[in-house]
Amino acid sequence: MEPQIRTLVDISESQASLSGRADIVLERARWASYIFQRFDKKRTMKIVDAVANVAHSHAGEWAEQVVVETGFGVVSHKKLKNEFTAKPLVDYYREQDLVSMRVKEEKKIVEIPRPAGVIFALIPSTNPISTLNFKIILALITRNSIVISPHPAAKKSCIDAVRILTEAAISSGAPEGAIQVLETPSIPLIEEFMSSPKTNVILATGGTAMVRAAYSSSNPAIGVGPGNAPVFVDSSADIALAANQIVTSKSFDNSVLCTSESNLITLTDVDKPLRKSLKNEGAYICNNNEVVQIRNYLFHPNGFNVEALGRDAVWIARECGIRVPKKTRILVTPINSIGIEEPLAREKLCPVLSFYVANSPKQAIAQSRATLRATGAGHSAVIHSQNERMILDFASRVECYRVVVNASCSLGASGFNTNLAPSFTIGTGFYGRSSLGENLGPQHLIHWTQIAYNSDPSVAFGKFNELSLSLDGPLPRSPSDGVPGSPKSRRVDTTSTSTSFSIDNVNREELRKLIAEELKNVLKK
Amino acid sequence: MSQEKTDFLERSKTFWNPGKTQDWQDMGIDLVIDHREKYYLHDMDGRRLIDVHLNGGTYNLGHRHPELVEVLKAGTSRFDMGNHHFPALARTALAEALAESAPGPELRYTAYGSGGGEAIDIALKTARHATQRRKIVSIIKAYHGHTGLAVKTGDDRFSKLFLSEDTVGEFVQVPFNDLNTMEDALKRRDVAAVIMETIPATYGFPMPEEGYLPSVKQLCERYDTLYIADEVQTGLMRTGELWGCTKYKVQPDIMVTGKGISGGMYPIACVLISEKCGGWLKEDGFAHMSTMGGAELGCVVAMKTLEIVQRPEVRSVVHFISDYIRSGLDGIMEEYSDFFIGIRQHGLIMGLEFSHEEGAKPVMKYLYENGVWAIFSALDPSVLQFKPGLLMTQSECEELLRRVQIGIEQAREEVLGVRNRRSIH
Ligand SMILES: Cc1ncc(COP(=O)(O)O)c(C=O)c1O
Repeated sequence: MEPQIRTLVDISESQASLSGRADIVLERARWASYIFQRFDKKRTMKIVDAVANVAHSHAGEWAEQVVVETGFGVVSHKKLKNEFTAKPLVDYYREQDLVSMRVKEEKKIVEIPRPAGVIFALIPSTNPISTLNFKIILALITRNSIVISPHPAAKKSCIDAVRILTEAAISSGAPEGAIQVLETPSIPLIEEFMSSPKTNVILATGGTAMVRAAYSSSNPAIGVGPGNAPVFVDSSADIALAANQIVTSKSFDNSVLCTSESNLITLTDVDKPLRKSLKNEGAYICNNNEVVQIRNYLFHPNGFNVEALGRDAVWIARECGIRVPKKTRILVTPINSIGIEEPLAREKLCPVLSFYVANSPKQAIAQSRATLRATGAGHSAVIHSQNERMILDFASRVECYRVVVNASCSLGASGFNTNLAPSFTIGTGFYGRSSLGENLGPQHLIHWTQIAYNSDPSVAFGKFNELSLSLDGPLPRSPSDGVPGSPKSRRVDTTSTSTSFSIDNVNREELRKLIAEELKNVLKK
Repeated sequence: MSQEKTDFLERSKTFWNPGKTQDWQDMGIDLVIDHREKYYLHDMDGRRLIDVHLNGGTYNLGHRHPELVEVLKAGTSRFDMGNHHFPALARTALAEALAESAPGPELRYTAYGSGGGEAIDIALKTARHATQRRKIVSIIKAYHGHTGLAVKTGDDRFSKLFLSEDTVGEFVQVPFNDLNTMEDALKRRDVAAVIMETIPATYGFPMPEEGYLPSVKQLCERYDTLYIADEVQTGLMRTGELWGCTKYKVQPDIMVTGKGISGGMYPIACVLISEKCGGWLKEDGFAHMSTMGGAELGCVVAMKTLEIVQRPEVRSVVHFISDYIRSGLDGIMEEYSDFFIGIRQHGLIMGLEFSHEEGAKPVMKYLYENGVWAIFSALDPSVLQFKPGLLMTQSECEELLRRVQIGIEQAREEVLGVRNRRSIH
């Protein structure tokens, strides 16, 4: 039964209540992080592996749950993402020791990892489980505490998943409170968490408003901007392969990944064969009227129609009154311009790909740059080409920090099928108003204390190679005296202590008098 | 000391309490608490103290906890103390919430006092009515307050002075952790109630031996005596459970809570009474009367306190603080093992034992000089009461331990007249 007083005097919307609620969660996280930082690599990895295993084994179940709750996405693709952010993620970082100290003999420097402390992590509705897996595992690898703030649209699935991951973490030795989830996320409460001095770093993945709020919070933040990847297919490309990669990538999880291709840009001589190949791969190329219908449907005066978010191509076509073959995987909308006047050139988190034909590689690059000027600055781009000069020119001109070559952008930019760091937080760097330009990894969640010696060659460097940090693990449990089974309180055995003076040498009674006398003087002072 | 403080202390002696005012000065504690927040007291001369006295748990959640301040303020836009004769919204709501979180399902009713002592009196009267017996058994050196009946359960230092000690043998005292004497006291089947602080605070937190409290409860059952748990200091999460008696697996017939229940923001104390003991509430509901008892503003604050302390995060923070402070104190104890000889602990209830029978007094003084306020046990001054707050941060705890280490070192030097070996070399 809910205590009735809350309805008598309700202060739940007050500043005091909001900060009180944030404060206790963050304080618990801080305590947990204090204990966590006493863990060595072995103890840490035991927890990481336990959590990754549980995440992995629930990948399919959670994928289904999310699709049911949010109403969008593709279960089998979500399952892949959920798995990718479990065991393979851990394996990718297994050898990178972010717990022990490292000795740089030649530089006469010793480095000690210092975890951030408490991470406040925002989770988007588009990739909820994979993002929370990702952020939790990164936090655990670096011995940080993390508070997960789920997107309201995927709240239930997130809360359930975090609970299960938390149990796995705790039962393999993580401090209580190392992982927590906000069960009633609201904008004022989230703002409270973000601006609290008890938050050490915010990981903001999600809508631009949230990311900007994170950066305005006064706390260190790693927020990343939206994507809007241009994909350039040049004349040297293997066109069939390019088409295959593009359609597969664009339809992956109905295009909710921010790394997915958004605007296809090609050249006149490639136009026709590319269209044909795209069709072969299950793309539906819209005619002019259909483009108008899709444009009107996807873009309202105040932005992208969230109804379309993560829906499949056939569903969207139906909503637009367009008849397409059942097997259609993506909708291709040819456009004649890129820029402010063409909404279809913006980010579309659904399997709709705009298609633009440029007259020259130079123009194609200019249009790619324009794409990223609209949205997606700093994010990702793709090029399908066999020409390294072209690849280099394209990559050095587009304003983004990862350019995938001859591969799928969704999976490539996020490190699934490239050797980029596997990540669900893609740094959009200075171009994209972010503090992070690469794929977020655990190394971003710690700083290092550097022990530095005089560089003069005549000064010897210390012998640190034999040493390791004193990492004592969890604190012993304190006693609950008188409760059966509780740890026992220690008492000093006064007869066996030998300090600078010995009680045994003096008559006890005398000593007592002496002390009493002295004490009187002390108390009189 | 500032002129302002000197003047103030004079006025305090003139108009308030000359003896108490002077005693503190004699003990080297010239504290005049001015503003306060979180776990900090600020002396009127500007010094800051970390409060680990907390008035016996009154300030468990810290001084002027913002949510309690807020709820009190908001409460005043609708409530005042209320009319104690009538059924009242807030009083009933708090009673309901207490019943829900009580240590046993039979604790159903709540009667209200304006302070702990009054609540204890209500508990004792309730037990007498229910059993139609007069005798009350308490623990030697127990402390249950200074009102009419409560004072008789405690050390006669506080009753004799006022010619208020028990003269007819109705109040029997037995040693703590001594079941035989307890049984002897109950055997004649003329005892209404045993009143028991789950961990006797003012006596320096001697800890119940394993099985002691449940056995006392069993003895009570055997001799038809009621068990009153005084949870004024041990309740409200200090042990890591809402009520200390729960940790010892005791379900009292009557339970008293006070102090921390309203976070020091508005006076109120509560007596939880089982159906079995609550006969008078039906027979003559007007039989105990108290205008300020159960003041509705107090109820509003108490409800919030109950809600806050029961947040799951609070429970784990309490564990962290207990473990952390304990391991820090263990380290200090190792360093000064000829002086600081033991720690009694249950969660955030701690008693630090010193090798001299009044050893806690100089420790109190030196802690004070080092910016920490902890008080010795009035009834066993070899023990320092050490009661960190429920919501202390790690850095506050670290800061506390840093100061405590220095304070104990200085007290030891002064008392034993020796310097630590470490500081000699
Ligand atoms: C255990 C215990 N019971 C009862 C009381 C009495 O409470 P009050 O001072 O509010 O009358 C106290 C006060 O110190 C106490 O510590």
